[in-house]
Amino acid sequence: MWKTIVRRVLVMIPQLFVLSLLIFGLAKLMPGDPFTGMITPQTDPNVIEELREKAGLNDPWYVQYYHWIVNAFHGDFGDSYAFKDSVSSLIGERALNTFWLSLFTVLLVYLIAIPLGIYAGRFQNSLFDKGTVLYSFVTYAIPTFVLGLLILFFFGYKLDWFPTSGSVDVKYDAGTWGYFMSKLYHLILPGFTGAILGTTSVIQYLRSEVIDAKTQDYVKTARSKGVPMKKIYSKHIFRNSLLPIAAFLGFTITGLLGGSIFIETIFGYPGMGQLFIESLGQRDYSVITALVMLFGFLSLLGSLLSDIIMSIVDPRIRIE
Amino acid sequence: MVNVQDHTITEAKESMPATGFQVVFREFLKDKLATMSLVFLLIIIFGAFFWAPFVDKEALMQINLRTIFMEPGEGGFFLGTDQGGSDVLGQLVIGTRNSLFIAFSITAITMVIGVLLGLIAGYYGGLIDNIIMRVTDFVITLPMLMLIIVFVTIVPKYNQFTFVLILSAFYWVGTARLIRSKVLSEARRDYVNASKTMGTRDFSIMLKGILPNISSLLIVELVLNLAGNVGIETGLSYLGFGLPPNVPSLGTLVGYASNPDVISNRWWVWLPASLLILILMLAINYVGQAFRRAADSKQRLG
Repeated sequence: MWKTIVRRVLVMIPQLFVLSLLIFGLAKLMPGDPFTGMITPQTDPNVIEELREKAGLNDPWYVQYYHWIVNAFHGDFGDSYAFKDSVSSLIGERALNTFWLSLFTVLLVYLIAIPLGIYAGRFQNSLFDKGTVLYSFVTYAIPTFVLGLLILFFFGYKLDWFPTSGSVDVKYDAGTWGYFMSKLYHLILPGFTGAILGTTSVIQYLRSEVIDAKTQDYVKTARSKGVPMKKIYSKHIFRNSLLPIAAFLGFTITGLLGGSIFIETIFGYPGMGQLFIESLGQRDYSVITALVMLFGFLSLLGSLLSDIIMSIVDPRIRIE
Repeated sequence: MVNVQDHTITEAKESMPATGFQVVFREFLKDKLATMSLVFLLIIIFGAFFWAPFVDKEALMQINLRTIFMEPGEGGFFLGTDQGGSDVLGQLVIGTRNSLFIAFSITAITMVIGVLLGLIAGYYGGLIDNIIMRVTDFVITLPMLMLIIVFVTIVPKYNQFTFVLILSAFYWVGTARLIRSKVLSEARRDYVNASKTMGTRDFSIMLKGILPNISSLLIVELVLNLAGNVGIETGLSYLGFGLPPNVPSLGTLVGYASNPDVISNRWWVWLPASLLILILMLAINYVGQAFRRAADSKQRLG
């Protein structure tokens, strides 16, 4: 077990290294540097040149890369010239919002997908099953931004049930009950959009898992010793089908991060995805670089998490 | 004499199991919805490609202050006009053509790269397989969407060809992985070994031996990739990081909805394009599923 985990973590190190090199290379390709924003017709070019020299921008690339990595490990990604704030505090603020949205979405995914998948598999070919299959087909095919816009249009603008942007109403103070409810209220539309898209793979997987389980020996044994059908489904099959679903968690996180760019932009939700799009509009390259690095790191972490859960759940894939 | 021979031939045909396109044809015959999807798709594709050259592109690019936000039917505009006063229907036709064309191009390039790498990795195995698969695994874990957007913003002389190349540089990985796993088992089959003993060159075996044997998988992958690429291109164009402004896409039209006034009061600007994308995606995926069923004898309806 531990061997697998240690080995898997060791594999991640070269991946992280290549990722950081790739992103550093991209950052160097981006036009301008942190001082470009300070140039006005009155600035002396020599002053800028001095600043560049001091910041080490004239060093060879590997020295710059080394400084960048060391700083990144200390959580220092430089300053954002558009927001006039350090990149890490800027991202920290937004990361919390994205975290709440992701948590809410993951909870919804499992709340919706588990009953649908299990019942569809249990009553295969019933009307309910056919409906579920149709639902997962449609949600598989629909692009994130189309679903998001349709939901925003109907529930946000036409019916006017939910707010159309932001993460909290400004009239509440932090820490009060109203503040919490307002936050939750703002999460509903983006959360459901992400959840509807996230349920597809979980439902399909769970459904086929339950259908397969019906003919397996442990179910036959349980039936022959007289366990009621209801209990076989709620105890035996449920547990066995749920374990691989837990392993999906890592991939779900990775998928959510990618989707957050669309969902946060559509619903005007101030998270990391929206920050990314905003920074691109303002060519705020220090923020962009830090965000890509962070998302890359989180996706690697997501797949690591999935592999570790998988090796705990399924002893067959462990490396000995 | 001739009659008798004809008779035996037809009899022989009847007793043979359906092969190749017959299977696909029977599958579509059984599934009315799949047939409708296919017909619908062909109408959209041919419609867009033949209608687009007749749309006045100059008029779409110009801003006409007198016709801003006209409702559908008003002033002879069937689907109304956008904030620049241009005809929405004309943009819809050109957008569909561009989006489909870009999706076709990306699909073609990624399929060629993916199939070749998958064939090489699966056929040779060992070190070559290891290297190709490590690279593939790495690219899969990258935050692709973000990297593509960053590339789009920093590439000098950005146009639709660079856009296709940037996307193709990332999206070959899924195909390569799938083909490789299939080829891995296929390359250990007897017919491949027989070919090897006869001295056939490796590339001949791969392209003339193995490739036709996994063609059903290829078609399914092709159709599903096409759907995925339509989604990715329109999504990026929606965000404003897709096709350049002089090449309108379906996503560009949907992108007008980021203006609160447009999304709540001017539905005719963005809703037709959104619904068209949705229906296109459903139809392509449905056709893809019919192909998948035809390729797998256990799932066939026909």
